[in-house]
Amino acid sequence: MTEAKSLSNRRPETGAFFQRDRTMHPPAFTPSYKTSVLRSPQKALLSLDSTLSEITGPVFGHNILGELDNDMIHNFAKPGESAIGERIIVYGRLLDERGKGVPGALIEFWQANAGGRYRHKKEGYIAALDPNFGGCGRVITDEDGNYWIRTIKPGPYPWPNGPNDWRPAHIHFSIFGHGFAQRLISQLYFEGDPMIWKCPIVRTIPDRSAVERLVAALDMEATIPMDSRAYKFDMVLRGRRSSMFENRMEGN
Amino acid sequence: MVQSLDRLKETASQTAGPYVHIGLTPNFCDIPGVYPVDLGDTMVNDKTKGERIKVKMRVIDGADTPLKDALIEIWQADADGLHNSPSEMRGAADPNFTGWGRKPTDMTTGECVFDTIKPGRVPFKDGRKMAPHLTVWIVARGINIGLHTRMYFSDEEKANDEDPVLARVEHRVRVPTLIAQRDGDTYIFDIHLQGEKETVFFDI
Repeated sequence: MTEAKSLSNRRPETGAFFQRDRTMHPPAFTPSYKTSVLRSPQKALLSLDSTLSEITGPVFGHNILGELDNDMIHNFAKPGESAIGERIIVYGRLLDERGKGVPGALIEFWQANAGGRYRHKKEGYIAALDPNFGGCGRVITDEDGNYWIRTIKPGPYPWPNGPNDWRPAHIHFSIFGHGFAQRLISQLYFEGDPMIWKCPIVRTIPDRSAVERLVAALDMEATIPMDSRAYKFDMVLRGRRSSMFENRMEGN
Repeated sequence: MVQSLDRLKETASQTAGPYVHIGLTPNFCDIPGVYPVDLGDTMVNDKTKGERIKVKMRVIDGADTPLKDALIEIWQADADGLHNSPSEMRGAADPNFTGWGRKPTDMTTGECVFDTIKPGRVPFKDGRKMAPHLTVWIVARGINIGLHTRMYFSDEEKANDEDPVLARVEHRVRVPTLIAQRDGDTYIFDIHLQGEKETVFFDI
């Protein structure tokens, strides 16, 4: 895990993180997403300015990555074969709230196949499994916070919430920043999908602009002609306070 | 008008959903061969310094039922109170200890077990020592934004009594929700999402 230190010789930042703007996130209790009803804390969260336990966090070196980790079209496929579906590239930058790129950050992805079926024993949708599609990928951001993956566009699928609720096409992602307080999991949606605004999970987010920031933009300039279309998707982690003026308690 | 601060907004959280295992622990859910191991499965090796312990956790919903599709991550200091992180400026942590673990709860029992070591004490912002603790992060279907809590140790009574974070818990009756009970070399920690025994969660 310490290999990431070699990414740069600048001193790591150790300031505490900006207060999380909870108006940009879904509340815990969202009855239209039924599972949240019994899984949502009801008491107020206890506010805690980051201590060393949250300012630090695990960082992963490139030694964990395999050659096909960021290629879901091929990383589960038999040699010479590939996953079925619309071939796409998803690329973008991982930034923090100050607009700085976040280098050396692990991003993990998972998704359904082109028919909307997950490879999971608890999944019961009738759409067919694709023998060449596993559904997971991962990447570590470069020095400027850039990342890119190759995959197939996942299909929408029905889920047991309302009698006839469907998820829009989406890719789940999990991000490690540089501190454990930045840990984040969310979902990427696709430009032009009419299912987005009907989805009870999307609608747990009260702020429309916050939903719009979860929608990846089709970018024809980044396509590979005769191969794959591209979607651009930036992600933003919490920023951190500068430590240029250390806050010292009186007497220290 | 004034100058713009040019700040961005954090990406909104969405639930990890029922199939979080595919992305984060694919070997656990029968997707072999993509990654050699599930990240965070092993925290220690033969050379790790410190007292070996097991930590058995469950996440329990408002109907007293353990979640069988949750995923828990822990982050902790080594035996000397140092973190294996580039942001650790106080010294080099034990290279044989990752400090970070990730486990899915069992699909039948709802339990998960971390093999780790008891952490040393880490200083609070003002230099006072915090009691040994694990930082804990919980995601699952139905949890819209990952929940942060801490796990303290029942046999560290004196350290717990002077811990500056535990001291912040206004309703003292809730302090025990943050303390795992020791049983042999295993600590038992049940996280209650709601109800009378609701665990204290942090806005960090």
